[in-house]
Amino acid sequence: MSEHHIVSPKIYFIIFGTLMICTILTVVAAEIDLNQYFPGLNVIVALTIAVFKASLVVLFFMHAKYSPKRTQLVIIASIFWLAVMLFMTMSDYISRPWL
Amino acid sequence: MHRTGELFGQYKTMEQQRETAALGMWIFLSTEVLFFGGLFMTYTLNRSTYPDIFSEASKTIRLSLGAVNTVVLIASSLTMAMAVWSSQTGKKKLLTLFLIATLALGCVFLGIKAIEYHEKYVEHHIPGWNYQFEPNADVATNAHTQLFFSLYFGMTGLHALHMIVGAGLLIWLIKESLRGRFTPEYNTPVENIGLYWHFVDIVWIFLFPLLYLIDRH
Repeated sequence: MSEHHIVSPKIYFIIFGTLMICTILTVVAAEIDLNQYFPGLNVIVALTIAVFKASLVVLFFMHAKYSPKRTQLVIIASIFWLAVMLFMTMSDYISRPWL
Repeated sequence: MHRTGELFGQYKTMEQQRETAALGMWIFLSTEVLFFGGLFMTYTLNRSTYPDIFSEASKTIRLSLGAVNTVVLIASSLTMAMAVWSSQTGKKKLLTLFLIATLALGCVFLGIKAIEYHEKYVEHHIPGWNYQFEPNADVATNAHTQLFFSLYFGMTGLHALHMIVGAGLLIWLIKESLRGRFTPEYNTPVENIGLYWHFVDIVWIFLFPLLYLIDRH
C-alpha cells in the first residue's frame, strides 16, 4: 500500500475556481433559449455542466481519484444502481401508452 | 474510550485501517444516493408529464438566491477540503478556523434558504389549504403547480435537513479540534464528515439546475 496521499491546497483552489466558472456558465446558458436550436438542449446543457461539477467534487474534494480501486467500485456501483432505477422506471412510464 | 490513532488488531497497516474507514463512509453515501435518487426519479417523471406547468411554477422561485446559495455551498466545500488538509498536515489552529468557516457558510446557506421559503409562504405557494398559484388560477393549474412545489419543498427540505445534521457534526468537530484531538495520525472523523459535506454539496449541484434553471429562458 502506498503512503497516504495528501491533496495539496493548490489543487483544491484550482477545482474551486473551475466550479465557480461552471456555475456562472450554467446560469448564463439557462438565460438563453437553447431549445430553439435543438429540443431539450437547455436541460442537456444544464445537466452536463452539473455532472461535470459533481465529478470534480467526487474526484478531488472527495479524493476518489487517489482512493483504492475497492472504494472506486463502491462509487461506481452507487451511480450504476441510480442509473438502473432511472432507466427502468422511465422506460416503463414512457412505453405504457405504446400498448 | 477515545481513539487516538493506534492500530487495531484486525488491520495490518495504518493505511489499511484508514482506507477501511473511508470505504464504510462511501457505502453509507451510496445508500444516500438512492435515498435522494427516489426524489429525483419522482421529479423527472412528473416534469416529463407536465412540462409546461412545471416551467411556469419553476419561474416563480428566485434565481439570484439559488445562484448565491450555490456559490456559498461550493465555497463551504472548499473550506471543508482545506480543513481535511489542515488535519492531515497537523495544522491544528488552521483546522479549527476552516471548520468554523465551513459551519458559518453552511449557516449562511440555511439562512438564504429560509428567506426563500418565507417568500413562497407569502405568495401562498406552500402546498396545502391556502395554496393558490396565482389569483383566479384554475383547478388543474393549482393542482399541477402544487405538485412542483411539493417536490421543491421535499427535495430542498431533505437537503436542508442534511445540512442541519452536517452543521451539528461540524460543531462536534470544532469542539474536538479545540481539544487538539485530530493529528496527522488520527483524523478519520474530519475526513468522513468531509465526505458527507461534499456529498450534500453534490446533491445541491443537481437540485440547482433542475429546480431553478432549466425553464428559465
